[in-house]
Amino acid sequence: MLDSKIPSGPLAQKWDKHRFDLKLVNPANKRKFKVIVVGSGLAGASAAATLSELGYKVQCFCYQDSPRRAHSIAAQGGINAAKNYQNDGDSVRRLFYDTIKGGDFRAREANVYRLAQVSTNIIDQCVAQGVPFAREYGGHLANRSFGGAQVSRTFYARGQTGQQLLLGAYQALSKQIAKGAVQMFSRTEMLELVLVNGHAKGIIVRDLTSGKISRHSADAVVLATGGYGNAFYLSTNAVGCNVTATYRAFKKGALFANPCYTQIHPTCIPVNGDHQSKLTLMSESLRNDGRVWVPIKAGDHRPASQIPEGERDYFLERKYPSFGNLAPRDISSRAAKEVCDEGRGVGPGGLGVYLDFSDAIRRDGEDAIRARYGNLFQMYEKIAGENAYQTPMRIYPAVHYTMGGLWVDYNLMSNIPGLFVIGEANFSDHGANRLGASALMQGLADGYFVLPYTIGNYFATTAKSCPAESSQEFSQAEIQVNERLRKLISINGSRTVRSFHREVGQLIWDKCGMARSKAGLEDALRRIPAIRAEFWENVKVTGEPEGINKTLEHAGRVADFLEFGELMCLDALERDESCGGHFRTEHQTPDGEAKRNDDQFSHVSAWGFSGNLAKPNLEKEPLIYEEVTMSQRSYK
Amino acid sequence: MKFTLKIWRQSGPEKSGHFETYEAHDIQAEMSFLEMLDVLNEQITISGGQPVNFDSDCREGICGMCSLVVNGIPHGGQKGTTVCQLHMRSFADGQTITIEPWRAKAFPVLKDLVVDRSAFDRIIQSGGYISVNTGGAPDANALPISKDQAEMAFDAAACIGCGACVAACKNSSAMLFAGAKVTHLNTLPQGHPEKYSRAVSIVVSMDKEGFGACTVTGACAAVCPKEIPLDVISKLNRDYAVGILKGVSA
Repeated sequence: MLDSKIPSGPLAQKWDKHRFDLKLVNPANKRKFKVIVVGSGLAGASAAATLSELGYKVQCFCYQDSPRRAHSIAAQGGINAAKNYQNDGDSVRRLFYDTIKGGDFRAREANVYRLAQVSTNIIDQCVAQGVPFAREYGGHLANRSFGGAQVSRTFYARGQTGQQLLLGAYQALSKQIAKGAVQMFSRTEMLELVLVNGHAKGIIVRDLTSGKISRHSADAVVLATGGYGNAFYLSTNAVGCNVTATYRAFKKGALFANPCYTQIHPTCIPVNGDHQSKLTLMSESLRNDGRVWVPIKAGDHRPASQIPEGERDYFLERKYPSFGNLAPRDISSRAAKEVCDEGRGVGPGGLGVYLDFSDAIRRDGEDAIRARYGNLFQMYEKIAGENAYQTPMRIYPAVHYTMGGLWVDYNLMSNIPGLFVIGEANFSDHGANRLGASALMQGLADGYFVLPYTIGNYFATTAKSCPAESSQEFSQAEIQVNERLRKLISINGSRTVRSFHREVGQLIWDKCGMARSKAGLEDALRRIPAIRAEFWENVKVTGEPEGINKTLEHAGRVADFLEFGELMCLDALERDESCGGHFRTEHQTPDGEAKRNDDQFSHVSAWGFSGNLAKPNLEKEPLIYEEVTMSQRSYK
Repeated sequence: MKFTLKIWRQSGPEKSGHFETYEAHDIQAEMSFLEMLDVLNEQITISGGQPVNFDSDCREGICGMCSLVVNGIPHGGQKGTTVCQLHMRSFADGQTITIEPWRAKAFPVLKDLVVDRSAFDRIIQSGGYISVNTGGAPDANALPISKDQAEMAFDAAACIGCGACVAACKNSSAMLFAGAKVTHLNTLPQGHPEKYSRAVSIVVSMDKEGFGACTVTGACAAVCPKEIPLDVISKLNRDYAVGILKGVSA
């Protein structure tokens, strides 16, 4: 039985009580403990900086050439915090409730409450670091309402909030690197987790410049390696984002929770051909003024301007009269997929819907629209080559965020003692659907304000041990890593790594994307092993394991996606209900909305590797709500 | 579309490099420049050659990882864009395109089009931060900052650290990069206590890394994908000069 270690007592007092109950490490002893942090995004950089400030010896690793480039940098919208600066009725409790409800009642109550509590400290910390948040004329911080929230609690820095927050954390990390308190390893990728006596005690890494494999031991390992959206090949993630660190941990015994919970964002620029490498998101704010439509008739290929008003279907306004074009992310995405499946999609390949600003331009003038969305129209023109003031934009949903991740307890520790997981890499706070502007909040909450407390308790309550890197466990792990790399290069088949990634990604997108069905998932579960088998017989990885070899890097990541994709589909099949971003076509209300089954599925599905990919063990953590009442989301 | 590509190939940091010519076929106008290189690499791989190594990550112009000199101009010459945001429709069918890495003493080539920009990280480590630890920060609204100041700081903070400014500069100077960080932090009241030591430390660090001096030609600002204004260099010079006069050391 999984023990989530949720403290007893009233919800609002749990974190306070827990912080008091946590055992402390004497300040003079902290320097004796070494911590490995893998990843340098918001969660990783903030954790590495904060842990070293406390006195721990920290080593931080990232695959990019600088920690400043982690993909947190691409987040546009903002960061939520229950500051109630706008005096509009926000509170810790309201942010907590909105997050639980937005997650369709599939997140852990105590973690979410703590997240809302520490959200206010994050804003203070970031301002002290010099993050240039948007301000009002009086000099105070500006807020906006985001993602349909009824209060204005989102702090932002133009459309580059993720960048500015990450630079704040990167600078804090740089300060600690300069002091010698953090040793930074850029262009270094974790390829294996090392356990000693059942505890996480180190990692095996590949230096992506020299190709050298090396061992790093520590008293504890923190994974802050982000999400697995690139399992779909095309997503809004950076092309290097991968599941390798968390998946390697899974194969060493860490439980993977809710891998089927993925978020699809409705306003992305559509796919334009077979050779596209990634998808680009445009801020959801566009839906405030744009009207979404497709032709009523299937196969109508006339240009938008020649389709008369009476032959257009404004499907979001039709289906959701009160929310209209502002319906939530998962609902708008599914509606777009439905009309495209009916053959009514627009643009090349028929995978797109119009987002039309002509009414808004007629009403407010082109200048007003330019003032609001000028940079987005420019971005659209750069990528799509069309002027959206004259012709409607084309948009299509794309994979954006993954709510699933390694299972962690209230202390953010996985079921492997000494292995902590933070940020998007863990599962705990967003349930089955994440609200806008909550990813940045969670990454920084974990790194600045939660992990630095909880990790000390692990050190204070277990025997100190930082094994020698020459120990047998490290040698064995290193041998396995080397063998795998050599194997990849030795296959010398006839298909490129990218072609396999594209094939398995397309399959997962078709069967385990916006809508899932029993038959589709079973089909995917039959086909993924075949693609994987062909990969290991027929992939072509050129070059040597020594030196820079981008193809080899990609091959290792795709090999893990080829196994992990199966786990996603298995979880989606097992979860025989719809909730949030997980939509099973068999389970919908008469109006086509997600229909939860709280009696049977109000739990976290945590999968454990059994040695057999087809049959991992399923453990369940029941979700018990002490303070909220579960309800059906409705956006009619 | 088809293109003739002249690409810099170099097998390692100490090796000498050379241009190699490739013919890229079946290129669609909608492809980004890097997707065109992906396609080329697939073709090279299948025909048994060694694919061209180049850096990229976010592919939406914000991470700063991509770093190609296209036809002699860092990021390819389209205003305010990184090379990952450049699309093939901006080129003429049949055109010859030259692709090189950033070239600067402080950015040694590691392989093909991949360079080592860790010197930028060390510049930031020398003083590109505000010395505040986690915890104990005052309420965020306790320190009002005028909208103008916040906007000015943001304009400078938008730097993505790609290094195009250095690649474009005939002296390989890092003054636009350094000036952007100093302007971001020194404009804000939180950055004031360390204002002069920051400017001095950063200038000393730039010299140590082997970046050249600035002669204000403005080539840096012209290629900057985030359009960081040249003014940031004046701000850095001013704070550095005052720091030196005050006897502040690095």
